[in-house]
Amino acid sequence: MFGYYLRLGIKSISRHPALSFLMMLAVGLGIGVSMTLFSLHYTMSADPIPEKSDQLFAVTLDAWDPEDSYRGNTQGLPPWELTYRDATALLESDIPTRQIAMHKSYFTLNMDASEIKPFMVTTRQTTKDFFEMFNVPFLYGSAWDSATDESLEQVVVLSKATNEKVFGGVDSVGKTIRLNTHDFRVLGVLDTWEPKIKYYDVNNGAIDESEDLFMPFALSAALELPFGGNTNCWKQEEIVGHQGMLNSECIFIQYWAELTSAQQKSEYQAFIDSYANEQKKLGRFERPINNRLDDVVSWIEINEVVPSDLTIMVGLAFLFMAVCLFNAVGLLLARFLAKSPVIALRRAVGASKRAIFSQHLVEVGLIGLGGGLIGIVLAVFGLMGLSTLIEDIDHVARFSWSLGAIAIGLSLGATLLAGLYPTWRICRVQPSSQLKTQ
Amino acid sequence: MLKMTHINRVYRTELVETHALREFSLEVESGEFVAVTGPSGSGKTTFLNIAGLLEEPTSGSYLLEDHDVSRLSDNQRAKIRNEKIGFIFQSFNLIPDLNIFDNVDVPLRYRGFNASERAKRIEEALDVVGLTSRVKHLPSQLSGGQQQRVAIARAMAGKPSFILADEPTGNLDSLMARQVIEILEGINAKGTTIIMVTHDPELARRAHRTVHVLDGQVANPEAHYSSLPAAVDASNNAA
Repeated sequence: MFGYYLRLGIKSISRHPALSFLMMLAVGLGIGVSMTLFSLHYTMSADPIPEKSDQLFAVTLDAWDPEDSYRGNTQGLPPWELTYRDATALLESDIPTRQIAMHKSYFTLNMDASEIKPFMVTTRQTTKDFFEMFNVPFLYGSAWDSATDESLEQVVVLSKATNEKVFGGVDSVGKTIRLNTHDFRVLGVLDTWEPKIKYYDVNNGAIDESEDLFMPFALSAALELPFGGNTNCWKQEEIVGHQGMLNSECIFIQYWAELTSAQQKSEYQAFIDSYANEQKKLGRFERPINNRLDDVVSWIEINEVVPSDLTIMVGLAFLFMAVCLFNAVGLLLARFLAKSPVIALRRAVGASKRAIFSQHLVEVGLIGLGGGLIGIVLAVFGLMGLSTLIEDIDHVARFSWSLGAIAIGLSLGATLLAGLYPTWRICRVQPSSQLKTQ
Repeated sequence: MLKMTHINRVYRTELVETHALREFSLEVESGEFVAVTGPSGSGKTTFLNIAGLLEEPTSGSYLLEDHDVSRLSDNQRAKIRNEKIGFIFQSFNLIPDLNIFDNVDVPLRYRGFNASERAKRIEEALDVVGLTSRVKHLPSQLSGGQQQRVAIARAMAGKPSFILADEPTGNLDSLMARQVIEILEGINAKGTTIIMVTHDPELARRAHRTVHVLDGQVANPEAHYSSLPAAVDASNNAA
């Protein structure tokens, strides 16, 4: 009977195209608005590396101002980043399965004798484990190894986009690029890697795209490469030159450890606490011991990567959807009740209440489906609009097939739920009273 | 076939209590063509609704083919309506969105027949009313008489035990009314019981028996099988 009900539903919708479209539009408008904002929220709050997010920990130490907590935060959280010397000290530990210290930077990339004009690139100076730790895929070549980390060899890994821009997308391993005044040999090229949230460095643009280039962390000190991104200092101290910055209490290093078991995590926590206590003896870490290991999901939460405003807006959008559905239900009820004589006839010739209920629920489902499709179109345009209005959210404000499926599912579910009342009402039509009034 | 005994039907509102049927008793034999007459408000339609299981009596007994159907669930009544009763209404009650074929198909769909069985029955029924060439037409493309013939085809496609007709010619001119009554007579001749509510004395005279309803009661209980042909029982059993 489903096919029959489907045919009847289509007939009913096509008999009143304007009213049907109005109902679908009401549903679609609610779905479109809510899915636009939900899509943003969903993307930003989704676990960016679900296969191992519970094994990756942002390491934070509280070496901040003894007179004032970091940025006056009320949650008692330590600073988001480490000093260079604390980071390099932690790298000495052999407890984590993998660990990385890193920072962001900017360079001018210029290619001699090339038609490509010099352009600014974002770079990440990191220890070698970055790629394995964050499951970064390679298209050509590979990451550097420990020996390269120590040998200070000037190598670089390009993002796929950078390789396409500079080398036309061909295998550029072994070729040379110039960053500021330094030459670097290309060691590898990444495949497409677009983490929706740059969870590994939320302090420098959580929704920014990943960097254009990656190079060994040790080169920063050796070549006195520039630091980029947020750098925060609390201590009145004289900072002279590049080395002065490395020795300062300024924080600008992101640090991550991969800890695959509770025991390993416990050991590592003890290690960083022990390190902090040693530093206390040397006159540093004057605040109470407050060293944290936060996994990826917690890290995203405590850093409020998803703005609370957005969460509120998503809630309001769903309320708006409820209002739209309420309107659609009103129209649906009017239309169903107008069909009372036909329902009475069907009941008279043998349709059970259940059959009438099913028939109309299928019709409601068709309206929900239409509303969902309209909602998807509106959400796509909505996200395009947001991308135009707000910079750097292109890769977050994208409509995916999975969100399309959620939109259809939500539209169907919400419409069917809302349609229960009109459907129930039409089932209660008394055939005798309706047929009598014919 | 149909036996109503001491049926009462009371409609209650907060202020008023209306007795539509009072101690209404009637027996209709299989194969009969019964005309039900009476003034407006006498209870004819209420009788038809109860006979067609569209309403439940307030009290009393209703036996249909020796089964008590006066206290059935909604689903059970729908099933009996679908399998045993055909309805013909004064205003045809065709579904405007559906073509003729699909209109006749409606009760068969709920019966659960497969497509070929449904198509066979629809063709047979439309053949009886002479509308096989109009299967793709919508009701609005037919005359009143043709629409009522489609309604008759719909009522008989399920091969019901009896047909309830409520003023079947009330909206038709005399020529079309004659065609319709002749079709009904033909269906009855093949054994299907017909109970027809009518205001038209001439139409009532063509029935085997006329039951006059007045104030919710049968006014002429003595009118009993007066003109039921002897051959009807035999043909009904064969059907």
